Amino acid sequence: MKATVLIRPKQGILDPQGEAVVGSLHKLGFPVTSARVGRLVDVELETDNPVEARAALDRMSRELLANPLIESFTIELGDDA
Amino acid sequence: MSGGPRIAVVTFPGSNDDGDAMLALELLGAEPFRVWHADRALPDRTAGVVLPGGFSYGDYLRCGAIARFAPVMEAVGAFADAGGPVLGICNGFQILCEAGLLPGVLRLNRQQQFICADVTVTVESTSSAFAGTWEVGQELVIPIKHGEGNWYGNAELVASLEAQGQVAFRYETDVNGAVGRIAGVTNEAGNVLGLMPHPEHAVDALLGPTGGVAVLEGLLAAAVAPAVAG
Repeated sequence: MKATVLIRPKQGILDPQGEAVVGSLHKLGFPVTSARVGRLVDVELETDNPVEARAALDRMSRELLANPLIESFTIELGDDA
Repeated sequence: MSGGPRIAVVTFPGSNDDGDAMLALELLGAEPFRVWHADRALPDRTAGVVLPGGFSYGDYLRCGAIARFAPVMEAVGAFADAGGPVLGICNGFQILCEAGLLPGVLRLNRQQQFICADVTVTVESTSSAFAGTWEVGQELVIPIKHGEGNWYGNAELVASLEAQGQVAFRYETDVNGAVGRIAGVTNEAGNVLGLMPHPEHAVDALLGPTGGVAVLEGLLAAAVAPAVAG
């Protein structure tokens, strides 16, 4: 089954990429006050069992896809993505 | 060769300071040798390990995130657990943080730019195995060249590192946004050291500052002391 992991800089953690994006948006005339840049990983799993898939995605996010010190992540399984 | 301590210099795909690390260690009297990222073991009589600078695995995902799973890292982890001295420079520091062998994480520089400059760092602690000849307050001029050298740890972690003497080096001025201007940290046992500045580029007066000598000599001193069983 398909799934998407969204990785975001944790709240309060400095995000230089987001700040650069805000600066550029201002130059384009967009009145934004904040932008945060994260990462998106689309994963296709061999299993079709959502419980198994979620457990695996949770583990892979903690071990590799995100660094829990500075990033949070959310998992969206195929059906709710 | 010199007969000095045998230091393994690990090459990952994308490492680019392994050659300078070899040259600098040789210049200082060590007997450096190369280890490939896919090796599963460190050779017998390995007395120290250097994880060099570069962009291992293209810095994909996060710097150091992929390299920490390289086959050789299990052997490096076991070597460190046994008390062997491990020095991570720049990307090597990032890898050691991702591997959990050192505290914290390196983020994008606050100014969103790659910085290449000679910087002054001060020795903040002499409690590690590397600190043989160091003195607290000693100033070392060593180049940095990184886009992701902005060390981060939360307030609780920083307080504990400061209290336990695990902050090895501090930038004299704020160069990249690092919390507490921290340039280098050690693990709790004091046998794993990581820093963003490049000591291997600062060992020959002909080429610039020589602040790297003290850092690398610290590794050699730690490698001579028989901390590793077997």
